[in-house]
Amino acid sequence: MALTIASREVDGVTVLDLGGRITLGEGSVQLREAIRDLISKGSKSILLNLSDVNYIDSSGLGELVSAFTTSKNQGASLKLLGLTKKVKDVLQLTKLYTVFDIYDDEASAIASYK
Amino acid sequence: MSEPTAGRLTLQLASTMESVSEIESAAEKMASAAGFDEDETFHITMAVREAAVNAVLHGNEYDPAKKVTAIFEDDGTSLVFKVSDEGKGLDPDSLPDPLAAENLLRGTGRGIFLIRSFMDEVNFRQLHPGTELTLVKHRPQTGASA
Repeated sequence: MALTIASREVDGVTVLDLGGRITLGEGSVQLREAIRDLISKGSKSILLNLSDVNYIDSSGLGELVSAFTTSKNQGASLKLLGLTKKVKDVLQLTKLYTVFDIYDDEASAIASYK
Repeated sequence: MSEPTAGRLTLQLASTMESVSEIESAAEKMASAAGFDEDETFHITMAVREAAVNAVLHGNEYDPAKKVTAIFEDDGTSLVFKVSDEGKGLDPDSLPDPLAAENLLRGTGRGIFLIRSFMDEVNFRQLHPGTELTLVKHRPQTGASA
């Protein structure tokens, strides 16, 4: 049930494959630390793959927003990939769908950084 | 600590994230048993979870001396979820609009908005000390009840 995070590199883009729930507490903290770690290592292109995220609460939404603004402030670009219906619905409801660059397929997402 | 009776469940719990999970799980079971479909059950469960998070985090601020109380009731036409804390109190009118352009990039402030979006009725009551949120979801009209 907890959030899982796996990192990989694709054509210079750091892809974080997330799974489970992004919620208040452990999930949000894990995501925050992962983003901070990437930024501190100089990553400029970050893609959050949410294909296996089946739940996000208001705190998780806040964490996504913080990840976005932190990245932007550090000169990095953070985008989202593969929203499940539940996550997409919540992002649309809260108008955050208009904030993020969101992609359905990984190839298009990776190409967008070039 | 739970006290189930016909159509009614009372939980009085510590101000912890484990309590949030317990309240969330109980709400999901009740919504599902009442005949709500998967999407509606998800929305109800999420709203009740957000109310529980508010009570534990913003209301009681994880204070071990303060309890969170959840009272769930199925009156035959609606599900009524009451979640209360023993905190400083919450003025719902003071909450900023999370959809306003200047608030879109804020890291907080979406919980009550989600609750209002997913439920049919939402009411706040000041308890002195604390706040009680009442969330109401009308049952689907199927022409027959269990």
